[in-house]
Order: sequence, then structure tokens, then C-alpha cells
Amino acid sequence: MASTETKTTATKPASTALAGVEAGLDALDVVTPAGRVPFRRTFVDKILPPIVATALLLVVWQITFKVVDDPTKLVSPLDVWNTLRDAWLQGELLGYIWTSVSRGLLGFLFALALGTPLGLLVARVKFVRAAIGPILSGLQSLPSVAWVPPAVLWLGLNNSMMYAVILLGAVPSIANGLVSGVDQVPPLFLRAGRTMGATGLRGTVYITLPAALPGYVAGLKQGWAFSWRSLMAAEIIASFPDLGVGLGQLLENGRNASDMSMVFEAILLILLVGIAIDLLIFSPLERWVLRSRGLLVKS
Amino acid sequence: MATTLAEAAETVESVEYAARLDHVSKSFAGPGGQQLVLDDITLDVAPGEFVTLLGASGCGKSTLLNLVAGLDEPTAGTITTDGRAALMFQEHALFPWLTAGKNIELALKLRGVAKPDRRGKAEELLELVRLKGAYRKRVHELSGGMRQRVAMARALAQESRLLLMDEPFAALDAITRDVLHDELTRIWEETGLSVLFVTHNVREAVRLAQRVVLLSSRPGRVAREWTVDIPQPRRIEDAPVAELSIEITEVLRGEIRRHGQH
Repeated sequence: MASTETKTTATKPASTALAGVEAGLDALDVVTPAGRVPFRRTFVDKILPPIVATALLLVVWQITFKVVDDPTKLVSPLDVWNTLRDAWLQGELLGYIWTSVSRGLLGFLFALALGTPLGLLVARVKFVRAAIGPILSGLQSLPSVAWVPPAVLWLGLNNSMMYAVILLGAVPSIANGLVSGVDQVPPLFLRAGRTMGATGLRGTVYITLPAALPGYVAGLKQGWAFSWRSLMAAEIIASFPDLGVGLGQLLENGRNASDMSMVFEAILLILLVGIAIDLLIFSPLERWVLRSRGLLVKS
Repeated sequence: MATTLAEAAETVESVEYAARLDHVSKSFAGPGGQQLVLDDITLDVAPGEFVTLLGASGCGKSTLLNLVAGLDEPTAGTITTDGRAALMFQEHALFPWLTAGKNIELALKLRGVAKPDRRGKAEELLELVRLKGAYRKRVHELSGGMRQRVAMARALAQESRLLLMDEPFAALDAITRDVLHDELTRIWEETGLSVLFVTHNVREAVRLAQRVVLLSSRPGRVAREWTVDIPQPRRIEDAPVAELSIEITEVLRGEIRRHGQH
């Protein structure tokens, strides 16, 4: 009786002492999250440099314009601005952008729906990988403009042709992204998953796919860039009045009319839309995936 | 005699071992033909027993745990376990896309625990490893010691009778490791689990185990066994722990020395 009493009184404080030591260790080890960066610093570090670069570019452009002094070869920034403003005032600007963006995004979604299962198949089935893996990565280096002539011959001058070109450009990127994502899943995760009973389909759903997400998202980002480029190539080469005027057609129209302002307007819009979609959709997606895993170090 | 024994085994409800390795050998295809990694290992872990497997490099400790965990098949011999074993690694192996709590819940889900019960069970397990407030924490927000405790909670979530541990504290600093030794002993006593713990740290083996099994290297064989009678709670600095460690180290070094004499 006495012995049990001493035993309980002896172990209880030891246990609470241990809990205390542990709490102390945890507190010492915990990484203090970085506080909110003040706006002034974000402005100086992140926003100011591109503004300065853009301003410098405009200055250089203006000077070159004065030196060249030939409006058929080079127009001034102000001319391009006026062309843009006129297009806006005539209510056409958003139409150009929407024609291309809606095509691009819809084509990208098709590419996503095709590229994802294809990537999964290549990543998981040995025979499929050996058979089409090299072709798939080879296709990535083929400029998608090359697909425009055959697509026109197969499908004619219509929207399906545009989508076909987008698919041929973006599907390999998306599939390859998923394949490399799956390849880079640490074997330790798969082992841990297997001991927990995540085998077969459950292993794919609960372990492999979430672990492969960073590679997949990188593939999506590249897939979008390829979609956009392919679409512009298709729109420039296959411009046809019935297809509506997208940014590629705008560029081609500018060339036909020898209207340098319109050419620059189109190039500028193609560039800005590409950047905007990346900044609004893909970069936040990528940052979110990496940050939630502690893979993104705040700079 | 044999029949009565078999009958007795059938009538007894509880299994008499948590893991039984019967003449287990394992070889892998190597550059010079088949390479024998484990040679004729026979080992029983009783229910609730804490056994450490000790050995130098090349003794096949991790291979052995993989076999017991069912991640690989032995070349010869049989392994029987009381249900699927849970496995803990040197690296925490927590999934970085899930929070600490959700990592535990995934183990519960894969075990078939119904959704409404998972949250409460996960919080209970976190409390058991004294990480009550860590449910929403991401893996990268936790320290090394905390990660291993979450990994321990996740392993416990599998409700296996046998916990396999593959050098789980080897990558931790000495202070944290000492604390986790105390924690593991406490959790082992509270849960009544059987533990098969692999390490190359002699004092850690003696600090934790009821039985220390020394494996020789290349191929791995059971070289010797020690029963550790030192009462818990022990400390790694305790004189009896140190004494036995010295004895075991001598034998271990003898085993290693044989490999230098060709």
C-alpha cells in the first residue's frame, strides 16, 4: 500500500515536469511567423522596380522614335496609346481581347481535361510510358505553329482548327508536368502511405496525386503559356473574317494595312493578356500550393 | 503433444506474440549475384513487449522492418504479425499538403473510421503526444521533435498492436531525443503496445527496451540478446544503463572487427 502511494507520487511530478520541458522545447523551437510586410517595403521591393523599368523603356522608345523618324517603321508610344484609346472608345478593344481570351481559356480547359488523364496514364503504366513518354516530351520542343497548316487542312478555317492547335500545344506540357510531378514524389511518402493502407487507387488519390501537385501546377502554368502562343500563331496564320477579330487577327490586319500603331497595339495586348492571366490565375495558384507546403521562402 | 499444442493455440483467444519471425532470410539481386542481407532470423515479440534491434551498418535493420511491415516479402521463412503493423521512420514522413491534424485523420480514414469520429480521435491522439494546439499546424511550422510526435500520433491512429520504429530519433538533437525517450516510454506504458525499435545507438537501445537484440552485419544474423531488467523510468545517464551499454558495445565492436580481418 505504502509502496503504491510513493510510486504514484513519484511518477506524477516526473510526468508533469516532462510535459513542462517538452512545452519549453516546443516554444523554443517554434518558428515565429514573419509579420506582415509593411506596404512601403513591398512598394520599394516589388512594385517600384517594374515601374522604373517600364518608364525607362518608354523613354528609350521615344528617343528611338525621334532618331528613326519614319512612322511606317516605328511609331511613338503616344500613337499606340491613341490607337488603344480609339479602340476602347469604339467599344472594340474588349471584343478583341475577349475573342482571344475565351478561345484560349476554353482550349486550355480542353487541354486540361485531356492532358491530365494522359499524364496519369504515362506516369503509372510502364508500357504506355515506354511507348509514348519520349514522343510526349519531344512534342514539347515542336513549335506549335507547325500544327497550323495541317489543322487548317484537316478542319478548315474555323474555331475547331484553333482549338486543335491549342490542344496540340498544351496537352504535352500538362501531361509532362504531371508525369514529372509523379516521378518526384518522395518514395518515403509512398512507403508511409502503404503502411497506412493506401495502396492501389487509394494510394493514387490520397498520396500520389496530392504529392505530385507542385509539378502538376508547374505543368499547368507552362500549358497556359503554350496555349496562348499556339492560339496567337493560329490566329495570325489563319485569319478569316468569319472567325471574328481576336488579337492575332488584329496583328495580321495591322500588317495588311501597313498600320504600325495597330501592329504595336496588338503585340502589346497579346503580351499584357498573357501576363495578366499568369498573374491572376497561375502564379497565385502556384504560390498557394508551394506556400502551404513550406516550399516557398518569403524573400 | 504437437496436436495438443495446436489445439491450445486455437482455443486461446489472444495471440501470444505481436510478431513472429521464423527462420527469415532475405536476399537481393546485387552486382555479384544474390546478396544475402538477412540470414535465418528467428525472433518473437510478445504482446506489450519493447524490443530494440541493434546493429552496425549493413545489418539489414531497415530491411527487417520492411518485411515485418509487409512492404516486402522474405526470400525464405515466415513472418506472422497480429494485424498490420504501424511504421515510423527516421524522417517524419508527414504529408506536407495536410495539417498535423489532417495527417492523423488520413490514417484514421484509411483504417475505416467514420468521418464524424475522426476529428475528435485526432485531437485525442495529439493530446496523447502533448501537442494539443497543433491540429491546424502545417508540417513545416513544426520543429523536428514536434514532427516526430505527430508522426507517432499518426502511427498510433492505425490502432496496430505492433509499432515498428526505424531510428525515429536519430535526426533529432540530443536534448529533444532524451525528452522523446521519456515520451515514448510513457506512451508505451499507457497504450500497452508492442514496439520493435531499430537503432544503432547502444544507449538508446538499453534506455528504452525490455530486450535488446544485437544483429551482426553482412549478412544480418541474431548475434546475441540481452534482457534489460532495469526498472522504468530510466535515464540514459543511469549507471546500470551505462554498464549494460558498455557490455553490449564490446560485443558489437567484436562483431564489427570481424569485418576488418580478411
